[in-house]
Amino acid sequence: MLSKRNKEVLFNPLSNDNPVLVQILGICSALAVTVKLEPAIVMGLSVIVVLSFSNVIISLMRKTIPTSIRIIVQLVVVAALVIMVQQFLQAFSYDVSKQLSVFVGLIITNCILMGRLEAFALNNKPWPSFLDGVGNGLGYMIVLVIIAFFRELLGSGTLFGLTVIPNWCYEHGYMNNGLMILPPMALITAACIIWVHRSRNKDLQEKSN
Amino acid sequence: MEQLNLFVKSIFIDNMIFAYFLGMCSYLAVSKNVKTALGLGAAVTFMLVVTIPLNYLLDKYVLQEGALIEGVDLGFLGLIMFIAVIASATQLVEMVVEKFAPALYNSLGIFLPLIAVNCAILGGALFMQQREFTNVGEATIYGFGSGLGWLIAIVGLAAIREKIAYSNIPPALRGVGITFIITGLMGIAFMSFLGIKL
Repeated sequence: MLSKRNKEVLFNPLSNDNPVLVQILGICSALAVTVKLEPAIVMGLSVIVVLSFSNVIISLMRKTIPTSIRIIVQLVVVAALVIMVQQFLQAFSYDVSKQLSVFVGLIITNCILMGRLEAFALNNKPWPSFLDGVGNGLGYMIVLVIIAFFRELLGSGTLFGLTVIPNWCYEHGYMNNGLMILPPMALITAACIIWVHRSRNKDLQEKSN
Repeated sequence: MEQLNLFVKSIFIDNMIFAYFLGMCSYLAVSKNVKTALGLGAAVTFMLVVTIPLNYLLDKYVLQEGALIEGVDLGFLGLIMFIAVIASATQLVEMVVEKFAPALYNSLGIFLPLIAVNCAILGGALFMQQREFTNVGEATIYGFGSGLGWLIAIVGLAAIREKIAYSNIPPALRGVGITFIITGLMGIAFMSFLGIKL
């Protein structure tokens, strides 16, 4: 079940082969949903579900899909799964689904999905594909949670909507940094995470600019 | 005049990259040199010009309430219909480029099929639906304008990246890291266009 190769498939995307930090996929939604922690976590979970199941479905059909129409087949599978996740969220956690409404739909255009389907699921058996989907989804979610943590803490002074910066700080002149809520700071926060990550993993550093 | 206003607005103020951060994946990865960036920018502009009018007609004559069958609202099918139009158009463009410009096809690599999942294209269709344009011409102008805005953004980034090739950047920031920071700063600069009206 978990041979050496499968373990690599599952755990590599968490750090060494992270979809956001190393493969640079799925940036659009990473910027949009990271103003607060709660939507970031729900978004991460939705991506894990859609990615792992679409990987399995495409992997099961990989020998019957003609190459020339593979993109349309992949998109239909992904769109069907996204609509299911959307309906599920609306039924069981309506408030979060209201916050996320547009971005759940935009999972269809999340580059991680297409990237993994093209690069992995089309050439591998269902079980490794499932693990690959879970691993990449988790890697995506970790980055979202880190970015959202800093943006919510510095931008609104809260975590999960609860105030964590004590009142006496504000009385002594501390202010929330409104710029952290705007999209450009999501990019710069992500750049700082990449900086730390690559300082620790020297073999990921690029030779040229 | 109104058309010109819409055109300028969609290039600078509602810029796909800097105002909505749509289509970032290919924007970051295919901006190493100006020539490739120009190719991808042209491809995205072309796709927007083709798909936005198509999706506009689809929206107006099929999806809106009572448009096809009296009393039936097909709006829930919007997302999957838009994606189907975009994906088939992309496959067509991919085949044409592979046949007539193999060099461009090789340098664009995996990002040509990824145009189908470029958030800018689907985002463009969704914004078009939101704005309720009155005719197909306005929708086309909007598509062309946002494509051009995307092209300006990616070519600008590619030009900056060609220049910083000679700079001494901390090793861990080289490549993606510095590109993120440059894009963030460009985004802050483009925020100054907010609120301008012709």
